[in-house]
Amino acid sequence: MKIVVCVKQVPDTAADIKIDPETSTLMLDGVEHITNPFDEFAIEEALLTREKHGGEVHVITMGPPQAVDVLRNALAMGADQAYLLCDTAFAGADTLATSYTLSKAIEKIGGVDLVVCGKQAVDGDTAQVGPSIATYLKIPQLTYVSKVREIDSEKGRIVVERMLEGGIQAVESSLPALMTVVKDINEPRLPSLLGIRKAAKTEIPTWTAVDLPVDQSRLGLDGSPTWVARVSRPEQRRGGEILQGEIPEVVSQLVDKLLDAKVLK
Amino acid sequence: MALDFDLDEELESIRKMVRTFAEKEIAPVAEELDEKEEFSIKLTQRMGELGLFGPFVSEEHGGSDIGYLGYIIATEEIARIDGSQAATLAAGNSLGIYPIYTFGNEEQKREWLPDLCAGKKLASFGLTEPNAGSDAGASKTTAVLDKDTWVINGSKIFITNSSSEISAICIVQAVTGKRPDGRNELSCILVPNGTPGFTAKTMHKKMVWRSSNTGELFFNDCRVPKENLLGKQGEGFHQMLQTLDGGRLSIAAMGLGGAQGAYELAMKYAHEREQFGRPIGSFQVNAFKLADMYTDIEMARLLLYKATWLADNKRPFTKESAMAKLVCSEIYHRVVNQSVQLHGGYGLMKEYAVERHYRNQKLLDIGEGTSEVQRIVIARNIGVPGDPLG
Ligand SMILES: Cc1cc2nc3c(=O)[nH]c(=O)nc-3n(C[C@H](O)[C@H](O)[C@H](O)COP(=O)(O)OP(=O)(O)OC[C@H]3O[C@@H](n4cnc5c(N)ncnc54)[C@H](O)[C@@H]3O)c2cc1C
Ligand SMILES: Cc1cc2nc3c(=O)[nH]c(=O)nc-3n(C[C@H](O)[C@H](O)[C@H](O)COP(=O)(O)OP(=O)(O)OC[C@H]3O[C@@H](n4cnc5c(N)ncnc54)[C@H](O)[C@@H]3O)c2cc1C
Repeated sequence: MKIVVCVKQVPDTAADIKIDPETSTLMLDGVEHITNPFDEFAIEEALLTREKHGGEVHVITMGPPQAVDVLRNALAMGADQAYLLCDTAFAGADTLATSYTLSKAIEKIGGVDLVVCGKQAVDGDTAQVGPSIATYLKIPQLTYVSKVREIDSEKGRIVVERMLEGGIQAVESSLPALMTVVKDINEPRLPSLLGIRKAAKTEIPTWTAVDLPVDQSRLGLDGSPTWVARVSRPEQRRGGEILQGEIPEVVSQLVDKLLDAKVLK
Repeated sequence: MALDFDLDEELESIRKMVRTFAEKEIAPVAEELDEKEEFSIKLTQRMGELGLFGPFVSEEHGGSDIGYLGYIIATEEIARIDGSQAATLAAGNSLGIYPIYTFGNEEQKREWLPDLCAGKKLASFGLTEPNAGSDAGASKTTAVLDKDTWVINGSKIFITNSSSEISAICIVQAVTGKRPDGRNELSCILVPNGTPGFTAKTMHKKMVWRSSNTGELFFNDCRVPKENLLGKQGEGFHQMLQTLDGGRLSIAAMGLGGAQGAYELAMKYAHEREQFGRPIGSFQVNAFKLADMYTDIEMARLLLYKATWLADNKRPFTKESAMAKLVCSEIYHRVVNQSVQLHGGYGLMKEYAVERHYRNQKLLDIGEGTSEVQRIVIARNIGVPGDPLG
């Protein structure tokens, strides 16, 4: 099995991120960056699959030079190879251009049986990149996977469980396929010291636009039909009011307030 | 310009990994293990899986070979959460694995190191005796060669990792003869747990490190093959001094990590607890306590990392490791004392992790050379007149 995992570097979700009111962009100075949490589940699932069925795990990310950190983390967890897609031409990509670029990198890796993505990125939150990579690659997409029931790599079959709102759906698909995973699927491992050391020594190639079989006009900002017009915080909700005193008194106060607010008529 | 205070990415990854492990897997069970005085095989083996045992051992012998600084950072992160687990790790590495790796022959290394580095087994260092503590050269335990076997008689006390279910071997310092100058000749001998004549009894009712394993050892005509000698006969005292130099770095790391943990708890509480209508941390006297803690910890870290840097660069570090051990344990003492003070009455209750820090700190003033002994080592190495031992 040749598996590719797409990972994205995102601002630490534990950090309190502010939005610049002037430019509508995120103020990320001094904020730590981490692997998108859902992508850790994707890496773990790929490693578990390799442990069961053999093969190799390749990891890709598109991002700035420091995105190499998430690749090192994936290598430390046990991935075999990693590639950084980094070029000013990729900058400003929306989900369409991002997934186009990622799909071209997957084509370049070649002979891939399974692509694994996170359910969504915790910053962009669109959940579009996985499905749209599958569309570009013309392979089946299995989204919100909470369990891989079985894989038959000889026959090129995979059976998964998808977590839907009302229940679980079992789906069988041919391979190659792309799946996006939810957090119930596994418990991502911690890297070992040996893994961390190995990762530090592994060379990570950087692929730029000229290294990929791409149509330049479909990359980055130029290749992005959508853009963010404005980002804002939702209005802060006012805190509730606590009525104090004897119960009969408080109840009549409450009824008055509810009548005033036209909740009661 | 050579001075560089940046930790490289590899070391940052190690810190992050160990911190996650300690917070996710040790923190939820630490209080209960401490309360029940229970040694955790599970956590020990997890530390092994993550490669925390054998950080200075070559990969060929089952280690991770990340060097001393990585080891010190890992120990610091475990001690930030729990002193007992840090003790299992630090003693397992510095007192168990180190002497075998450094002084053992190839056969001994191949026999013991893979399982020790995997955290499946533990080795212990049997130095202290009921009547030989600070005066570690005054061991009474004897080993006499009878044809092809050593016959060992005597006892050891307070030996970390020596009597758990996974304790596999003890490095025993014993008198093996007289030196030309009339003093005792000391040697280290490997004695596997379970050897007839060797009994290891777990010591209970400790105030500190309650979920670390501490044993009292008895040797009664205990026989082991002649080949179990570690290094050469008569090198025991020297081996012991060299082992303790490295051990002090890891004890210092426990002081530093403990201080960091106690400080973080204090800072959190200083924000949350309100009295007189404001967070207690907003009173200047308490803000100053936090400022002092933070400053102390930075001082301790600089000294320890420098001593560790010397060790990693194969320079002499006896004096520096003694200073680091002294400073880190004394700073932990000051920090945890003020941290409990900030917690008020709650800091005296077991539900609050700072209570465990407060007890565990005290061991660091005593174990692997008391603070007085560290000052003796430092004084000897800076050229004071005469010998401070008198
Ligand atoms: C309308 C719109 C306009 C945007 N415009 C800009 C812009 O002008 N400039 C700009 O910098 N950003 C822009 N972005 C943000 C950027 O395009 C997205 O963050 C990116 O496309 C991924 O989308 P997402 O974060 O919603 O990921 P999701 O689709 O939620 O991610 C799902 C999964 O896809 C994979 N994945 C996602 N991104 C990557 C990646 N980079 N590398 C590898 N794997 C990945 C991961 O497995 C992830 O778990 C825009 C986003 C939107 C929605
Ligand atoms: C939990 C625990 C784990 C331990 N683990 C191990 C282990 O794994 N292996 C091992 O071998 N030992 C171990 N020890 C033993 C530890 O190293 C000794 O307790 C320590 O070295 C002090 O020895 P002592 O207790 O006999 O005190 P003593 O040496 O009797 O000291 C009593 C006091 O006298 C002071 N003193 C002694 N000599 C002088 C002097 N010359 N000048 C000034 N003051 C002096 C000391 O500083 C101390 O304050 C452990 C101890 C504990 C409590």
